[in-house]
Amino acid sequence: MNDGNYNDACSRITLRVNGAAKQLDVSPWTTLLDALREQLHLTGTKKGCDHGQCGACTVLVDGRRSNSCLSLAIMRDGAEVTTIEGLAEGQALHPLQQAFIDHDAFQCGYCTPGQICSAVGLIREGRARTPDEIRELMSGNICRCGAYPQIVAAIEQAMGHEEGR
Amino acid sequence: MNRFAYLRADDVGAAVRAVAADPSARFIAGGTNLVDLIKENVERPTRIVDITRLPLGEIGPGERGGLRIGALVKNSDLAYHPEVERRYPLLSRAILSGASAQLRNMASTGGNLMQRTRCSYFYDTTTPCNKREPGTGCAALGGFNRMHAILGASEQCIAVNPSDMSVALAALEAVVHVTGPEGDRAIAFAEFHRLPGDAPQLDTNLRQGELITAVELPALGFAEHHAYLKIRDRASYAFALVSVAAALELQGGTVTEARVALGGVAHKPWRDREAEALLVGRRVALEHFQRVADALLQGAVGRGANDFKIELARRAIVRALSHAAGRTSRDDARR
Repeated sequence: MNDGNYNDACSRITLRVNGAAKQLDVSPWTTLLDALREQLHLTGTKKGCDHGQCGACTVLVDGRRSNSCLSLAIMRDGAEVTTIEGLAEGQALHPLQQAFIDHDAFQCGYCTPGQICSAVGLIREGRARTPDEIRELMSGNICRCGAYPQIVAAIEQAMGHEEGR
Repeated sequence: MNRFAYLRADDVGAAVRAVAADPSARFIAGGTNLVDLIKENVERPTRIVDITRLPLGEIGPGERGGLRIGALVKNSDLAYHPEVERRYPLLSRAILSGASAQLRNMASTGGNLMQRTRCSYFYDTTTPCNKREPGTGCAALGGFNRMHAILGASEQCIAVNPSDMSVALAALEAVVHVTGPEGDRAIAFAEFHRLPGDAPQLDTNLRQGELITAVELPALGFAEHHAYLKIRDRASYAFALVSVAAALELQGGTVTEARVALGGVAHKPWRDREAEALLVGRRVALEHFQRVADALLQGAVGRGANDFKIELARRAIVRALSHAAGRTSRDDARR
């Protein structure tokens, strides 16, 4: 237990971010969101409300969608983190990225990285089959431009639900 | 964010000792509520003790035929656990009606029970709040109290418990297992949370340093006849104005066991066993449900902006009971 001592100085942690091991020094109060943006310069993940209400900060931690603004980086030591920057395979966009373009599923784009990471988690969870279920299980991601119909359509396409309509 | 020291606990005993020794220390697991409260300057722990590496993440058989849920089981894992979906669908529904998918992936079972009210005055450090700063007063009493309590409140505090999961656990009569400096104990769910009285700063009956280790569900899960009805301002991702967990055991159309727990109306999940007893031995009928609703809401008091909740709760109880009585496993399969 850290030699029984509390730690209020910086700690060295290791995160596997988008497939690469990254060592960084964080304070106990550094959020995963701030560590990604300010230390690793992965600014695709956005700080919206910073209170877990808007979903703009959504990333995948050990494969599951999470609000990085409410995660303390020090508690994620050893975790695998995937951000929007880690979804494409080289020049080939992730199917959800392509689907968001195909369906014009954004206007200002600020919520989009969180929407897409959340949708990756949603599809992996395998619980949403209908548009209503997609809407319910994407309710943690707010789009103030109101692109919701296009977002649902994009997710349906990526789920392979587009055929047969 | 305010600064604090961090300790990663490797065993339960060390975690308990660390928090027992320091009233300003806090356990942290999912962090979805605590980190937010620290950012808002409402919680100001000098130390946090990370319990996420403790071996409290299993779901397994309980004693007496029920299910034992480790305190660190994530809300999403609990809601989608095959045994919970099959035997305790009321619990699944309640959990899935709360928060967002991301938050449910982070939030723990124990943490859900420990989450604090979302009263906007509790969150606003520029206003008086007896829960946040005992003795300063209650700004909600004469303020915007649309979301606030209609039952069991006091002149010191009219905040409500925000949890959906806890409403189902109250109806199911779960048992909360805790360990503390003086050893282990089991707390009946009804005794876990408390009413505000003149000490609204205390949400629960836990003692300093006590840690939730598990929540145990009894064998009786009401899988056949149950409903979780949540009335809120948005279709999803909003706290309840009123929620109802209704659970019935029926034999040939006659009620043999009835449970009704209310959320969004009090400082703890609200039950009234005498009201529930009015249904036992009765046929399933609207008039009986209405009598239960009236009994449950006896003594309900509005504070102005939340007056509507009394009638809303009355109707929600009747609707939830009707739904529970009509629901069969076939309905669930069709869902």
